[in-house]
Amino acid sequence: MKDKAIELAPVDKIVAGYSHDYDSNLIAILQESQDEYGYLPKSVLKEISRLTDVPLTRIFGVVTFYSQFTLIPRGKHSIKICNGTACHVRGVDEVKDRVKEYLNVTEGQTTADYQFTLETVACIGTCFLAPVMMVDDRYFGKLTTDTVADIVKEYSN
Amino acid sequence: MLKRLKSHDDLIAMRKSGDKKLKQDKVKASICMTGCRALGAQEVYEEFGKQVKKQKLQDKVEVVETGCQGLCARAPVMTIDPPDAPSIFYGRVTVDIVPDIISNTILKGEVINKLCYASAGKKIPYLNDIPFYSRQNKIVLRNCGIIDPNSIEQYIEKKGYDAFAKALFEYDPEQIIREITKSGIRGRGGAGFPTGLKWGFCRKAKGDTKYLICNADEGDPGAFMDRAILEGDPHAVIEGMLIAARAIGSEKGFVYVRAEYPIAVSHLRNAIAQARKLNLLGNNILGSGFNFDLEIKMGAGAFVCGEETALIASIEGKRGMPRPRPPFPANSGLWNKPTNINNVETLANIPVIIAEGADWYKQLGTKNGSGTKIFALAGKVKNTGLVEVPMGTTLREIIFDIGGGIPGRRGFKAAQMGGPSGGCVPEEHLDLPIDYESVKEVGAIMGSGGLIVMDNDTSMVDISRYFMEFVQEESCGKCVPCRVGTRKMLDILTRITKGEGCKEDIEDLKEMAYVTQTASLCGLGQTAPNPVLSTIRYFMNEYEALIK
Ligand SMILES: Cc1cc2nc3c(=O)[nH]c(=O)nc-3n(C[C@H](O)[C@H](O)[C@H](O)COP(=O)(O)O)c2cc1C
Ligand code: SF4
Ligand code: FES
Ligand code: FES
Repeated sequence: MKDKAIELAPVDKIVAGYSHDYDSNLIAILQESQDEYGYLPKSVLKEISRLTDVPLTRIFGVVTFYSQFTLIPRGKHSIKICNGTACHVRGVDEVKDRVKEYLNVTEGQTTADYQFTLETVACIGTCFLAPVMMVDDRYFGKLTTDTVADIVKEYSN
Repeated sequence: MLKRLKSHDDLIAMRKSGDKKLKQDKVKASICMTGCRALGAQEVYEEFGKQVKKQKLQDKVEVVETGCQGLCARAPVMTIDPPDAPSIFYGRVTVDIVPDIISNTILKGEVINKLCYASAGKKIPYLNDIPFYSRQNKIVLRNCGIIDPNSIEQYIEKKGYDAFAKALFEYDPEQIIREITKSGIRGRGGAGFPTGLKWGFCRKAKGDTKYLICNADEGDPGAFMDRAILEGDPHAVIEGMLIAARAIGSEKGFVYVRAEYPIAVSHLRNAIAQARKLNLLGNNILGSGFNFDLEIKMGAGAFVCGEETALIASIEGKRGMPRPRPPFPANSGLWNKPTNINNVETLANIPVIIAEGADWYKQLGTKNGSGTKIFALAGKVKNTGLVEVPMGTTLREIIFDIGGGIPGRRGFKAAQMGGPSGGCVPEEHLDLPIDYESVKEVGAIMGSGGLIVMDNDTSMVDISRYFMEFVQEESCGKCVPCRVGTRKMLDILTRITKGEGCKEDIEDLKEMAYVTQTASLCGLGQTAPNPVLSTIRYFMNEYEALIK
């Protein structure tokens, strides 16, 4: 996962998709880049700065402000466990502990094999099935300590 | 296949051709394919498709994917509408039972008992007999769970874009604003500001370029109304935005959606593309000379970006930090141009107001809030889901009659309204008719509509600590009272929950709450102490029990 090995052609393409207004589209450019690379490598940020003339300090300011952005490599799958009020009241903590134990990571960490990154989010709008989580773009509801492990296991293969 | 509509007549003709299709003699099987996907709706839908094909039932059944049907607790849910019999509601549908549903219910009209909603041991097969549905008044959600949100044809068949055509061809902008003002609608995003007044400010503001923003950041943890509207009836929001744009004089709008809502984004994206094809978005809309187009902006995970000035900064590509007001966005907002921001639900109300008229709308609700309110019912309540009732409905009706009460034997303790900016309402106020003012009087806020029910198992001190941790993490740190105040209050609350509190803690909390409320720059800090104050007000005994 060295920065050196990073191919920059995709960034050029992403930036080219925004023919104007680089400044106001910075967040969208960063989102697309993170989708492409899984995280935001420094070399990519430098390349974005070079192509758009947006100063690197401003880019870093934005990247560090929004919790969605990450500067370190992430796992193939993202697990987002909801920490919203409904999930809190319905006992999400036990579910979260089970996932942590199963993957042997804590919040914000990535598994050693780069399969999973575990995060918590404040509500994913599925409160009616609390406790819930998202794996990548899929929602899972009414989790128990048993079902959650099964779901994660499915994704491991 | 979507053909450009060149005039109002084209729109009417399109709807009329749709009318005929609706009258077909098929059984409609509608499956919720949004929130219910979290419990396998996708698989159920696919199985229906497979079976219908295999058994060659295309002439008999129409399988429709819909948005949220409301009774989400029973996910995955579906409704079966025979052409000449009442709708049947099924919940907890599994892939295995799909063949039975087809052979018994769809082909023979027989009800499968175990899939029916049950109350006090009694099965209720028909949707309209279920109190959850019969006691609601779905105005804004009229299409949600009924039509396919990915079909602009179905929206138009339900008189969609008719209100916009009325606003465009029969009203001038001032008249639209007068009608909205007269309706008495107040913003559904939390602050409850009168919508007509806000539009008027933006219309009057100097400048040729004006922007319209739809706030779909839905940050309140425990709320899902906006998600459900965007997923279930995205065209209603677009239509509301078109009317708003015509009223304030804007040609460019943005929808700011949170990143955690991929289905909402996909439905909205599709809806925008369809509206463009029909020339309901773009230039010279319906041949009227009016131009308006929309762009989606994705949030990047910051609660404070729901605040309007922070949201504007975020659309501009900056760190989403609030700034002092005035100037208000109506005068100087996005790129310093006059800007109008409304919440998703507010905008989804607009087409009905224009279609039915302000007088009709006003008779729903109370004098402090007209129309309906959508609540996201969650927590320790049986029928978690999406509920729309007229303002002035009591919490008891929502939680017990519609929500079916509290599961288990613990009993009701409190309802939390307004999330991290709100407070809890204890049992003694269950019969309060809720509107913007009445809720404030008992120490909570209407907020965006998140309604979390807590039973006697829930520790209110823990809830208070929970919200403080939330705002402390989400504070953008720009101003000291919020940054330091939330930190200190969180420390105290954490100590108390660990049983290490001392007598002075309550007074200290109240004092810090006061400073944070009065000296913070934006709504996040100003309202951050509310959950603490409200729990102290009603559940002091729980604090005392922990401090002793
Ligand atoms: C911290 C904070 C978060 C907010 N989050 C939201 C939100 O997620 N959605 C929303 O519509 N309004 C939110 N608001 C309110 C908006 O600032 C604004 O008042 C609202 O979008 C106006 O729309 P309305 O008049 O239609 O209600 C928030 C306000 C604050 C202070
Ligand atoms: S009150 Fe809090 S969230 Fe609002 S500007 Fe100040 S520090 Fe930021
Ligand atoms: S509180 Fe967990 S999804 Fe909303
Ligand atoms: S999400 Fe399926 S019924 Fe509400």
